[in-house]
Amino acid sequence: MSEFALKTALPAYLREEQNKIEKLAAEAGLDFFPTVFEILTYDQMNEIAAYGGFPNRYPHWRFGMEYERLAKSYEYGLSKIYEMVINNNPSYAYLLEGNSLVDQKLVMAHVYAHVDFFKNNFCFRQTDLDTGGRTVDPVRRAAGYDPNRRWIDKMANHGSRIRRVVARQGINKVEEFIDHCLSLENLLDLHAAFTARWTKRAPEDDEPKATEIPRLRSKDYMESFINPVEYLEEQRKKIEAERDKQTKFPEHPERDVLQFLAENAPLDRWERDVLEVIREEAYYFAPQWQTKIMNEGWATYWHSKLMTERILDASEIIDYADHAAGVLATSGGRLNPYKLGVELYRHIEERWDRGQFGKEWEECDDLDAKKNWNLGLGLGKKKIFEVRALYNDVTFIDEFLTADFVREHRLFAFGWSNRNERFEIESREFKAVKEKLLFQLTNGGNPSIYVEDANFDNRGELLLRHEHHGLDLRQDYAKEVMRSVLRVWKRPVNVTTVVEGKPVMLRHDGKEQTTRHLRG
Amino acid sequence: MSLKIDQDHSRFRSIVRGRIRQNLRKYISQGELVGRHGKDVVSIPIPQIDIPHFSFGDRQRGGAGQGTGDPGDPVGGDPDGEEEGEGRQAGSGAGEHVLEVDVTLDELASILGEELELPDIQDRGKSKIINAKDRYTSIRRVGPESLRNFRRTYREALKRQISTGTYSAENPIVVPIPSDKRYRSWKTEAEPVANAVIIYMMDVSGSMGDEQKEIVRIESFWIDAWLSKQYKGIESRYIIHDAVAREVDRDTFFHTRESGGTMISSAYKLCAQLIDDRYTPEEWNIYPFHFSDGDNWSMDDTLLCVELLKTKLLPRVNMFAYGQVESPYGSGQFVKDLREHFARDGRVVTSEIRDKDAIVGSIKEFLGKGN
Repeated sequence: MSEFALKTALPAYLREEQNKIEKLAAEAGLDFFPTVFEILTYDQMNEIAAYGGFPNRYPHWRFGMEYERLAKSYEYGLSKIYEMVINNNPSYAYLLEGNSLVDQKLVMAHVYAHVDFFKNNFCFRQTDLDTGGRTVDPVRRAAGYDPNRRWIDKMANHGSRIRRVVARQGINKVEEFIDHCLSLENLLDLHAAFTARWTKRAPEDDEPKATEIPRLRSKDYMESFINPVEYLEEQRKKIEAERDKQTKFPEHPERDVLQFLAENAPLDRWERDVLEVIREEAYYFAPQWQTKIMNEGWATYWHSKLMTERILDASEIIDYADHAAGVLATSGGRLNPYKLGVELYRHIEERWDRGQFGKEWEECDDLDAKKNWNLGLGLGKKKIFEVRALYNDVTFIDEFLTADFVREHRLFAFGWSNRNERFEIESREFKAVKEKLLFQLTNGGNPSIYVEDANFDNRGELLLRHEHHGLDLRQDYAKEVMRSVLRVWKRPVNVTTVVEGKPVMLRHDGKEQTTRHLRG
Repeated sequence: MSLKIDQDHSRFRSIVRGRIRQNLRKYISQGELVGRHGKDVVSIPIPQIDIPHFSFGDRQRGGAGQGTGDPGDPVGGDPDGEEEGEGRQAGSGAGEHVLEVDVTLDELASILGEELELPDIQDRGKSKIINAKDRYTSIRRVGPESLRNFRRTYREALKRQISTGTYSAENPIVVPIPSDKRYRSWKTEAEPVANAVIIYMMDVSGSMGDEQKEIVRIESFWIDAWLSKQYKGIESRYIIHDAVAREVDRDTFFHTRESGGTMISSAYKLCAQLIDDRYTPEEWNIYPFHFSDGDNWSMDDTLLCVELLKTKLLPRVNMFAYGQVESPYGSGQFVKDLREHFARDGRVVTSEIRDKDAIVGSIKEFLGKGN
């Protein structure tokens, strides 16, 4: 990194701006990790963006694909990346060489808010390396919180780890396995960091207790008649069989499929290595898509506030406005996370400033009174700082999206119309919009998959369960993913799910894939 | 500047190439590439390689959006399209991106060659012809003004002025005199040329339908691509025939439909004529390809064809290829006759093309010998 950093250090005039903006951001109450800015040419930028923000990753064609996409769209003038910042302590942020000074200032202000978010939002606590991403209290932190988040080093280490494996096993073999692992990378337990399940369960009594067989009550002399030995023996077997059935593995359905496979699948050492790398990185990136709206909204809120109130002079305001409008534009009915996020923060701030919350507010039916409701509490700022620490996108929308907001910002729910063969607006009702939005966000829009049984049918087969919440799995993909699970588990794989309202068991036994309808 | 990503990028490219290779059969039989090529680049849409996940179908999912419109109105644009902003992949709408990959015809031909295991064409001693070629490689003091080398001339003048002390830094005007002038000069190099001509002949009698012609079209595209890679200068000539033969341009070749009978000999005669007039066998590698549904007018004519082949064509050509396209009307007798007469002659290659899927095999039969 150091050699890299040298070539890309900021020129003096930007350095000056950085110091100024850093000071302003701190004065405004933002609390961030030390932040290092680097300035990159567009192809360096594309490279780093293709690597997900890191200068060094493990070798994989997917990054090359992403690079090609970015490079192409830059060359054709379709898009360019203005800024990038990575959740690391210290945080690294990249500026694009040749951008105007207004843009660079905007990006810096934006970045400081992102870094504040990285440091303070509870989701990102699971990327703390010193706690191993394990059971952490999402709210309380030690004073002088300065976690180890040297992910740049870690990613680079992952890179050399995998390169070492490649050197031994050959690129084709390893790459094929990485492809399979990547197919599974969304099978995470997003709450894992905050549950106690991480600690190894206390081993229960190793020795099964002596089986107690229920007897009918009898007088001593009648015992051998009422409870004959053969009968007791028969009962004992029955009970034991019952108990064997119950000792399932895993005991409880396991949400962290990757973890389960890494621990229990018959993997070679290098395979386990690869799987662990993929898993760790998947957990690193998870908070970013869990808080996309909040994070972008927060950064936008602050860059707009700092820029317009503190940083810009009159000659720059038009350029700024032009750019800011581009960032916040919604086109083609798409939801823009920057826009949605920033508006929600402002909405919250206003409500808490005016005291528009709590029992009285909820129960007030008088529209006029509601409109002019102002208790002059001025709690807005405090509230949004609290929100940015304690919520993720799902809870953020769930708690703060209001009917007024939906109406004012013209949100709608859309769906596919079979009749017209197109996506159509379905509803503008608050309830429908919120439902769609939450569904989109829950579990990152991924299906919930559990490991149900690792010894299915007593044949060492893996049984996964898709918890069906109303949407079917995409079948062609599901089949591909099952091949990947099979590659890892090395025994047949089964998935229970629901297709078109009927319970179904998908199965892949290494030779063929079958679909069997289950009796509902 | 070299980037770390280059390795991953070239890996991706080679996978894409691999994709092309695996799907090449599909592309060939669907004729997807033909008609889409520019001067020498073929644009191939490649589905961006997707990593499958357990996920929901996009259509049944729907989502939330923002903007104007009433319930029932279509959602503009692509609601699942990628968001602007950070360089992180949006992750939704997967599987539907299409990446256009430009492949040069040369590259395409070599992929074809690798896939079909085509041998490179052996030099048959025809590349002895020497072509004089001029290359501008040196500088001399005399020459036409049109070849004056400005930089060298300027440098000479500057050198002269500095050494004679007439150059002043305040007024840096450099005026060349005739002895300063330098001219580009050429050397004539002799280079062996290997030129080839492909003479396509096609039966356009009533029994050749559009589907048959499509097959010929696709096949000739690939033959062109392959032979172009093997030879520097390649020409294509097109002959159509029913009962009479005539030479046409490429476009007409593929789009003419006649309804007459079939006299294959007429085409062979014209072909022989063409070679006589234009392509001396000493200078040219000659590749006649004939496509027909194999329904010749009479046995007599077939015998005439055999005679023509033996006396006029075969002595002059590298190989003679006959492709028989199956049609619902044709008897397909001609290929049998040819095989009977030329069973042991390696210069005559025959192939039966049942349908589009058979094109790949047929190309291999035609070009697999490396004639």
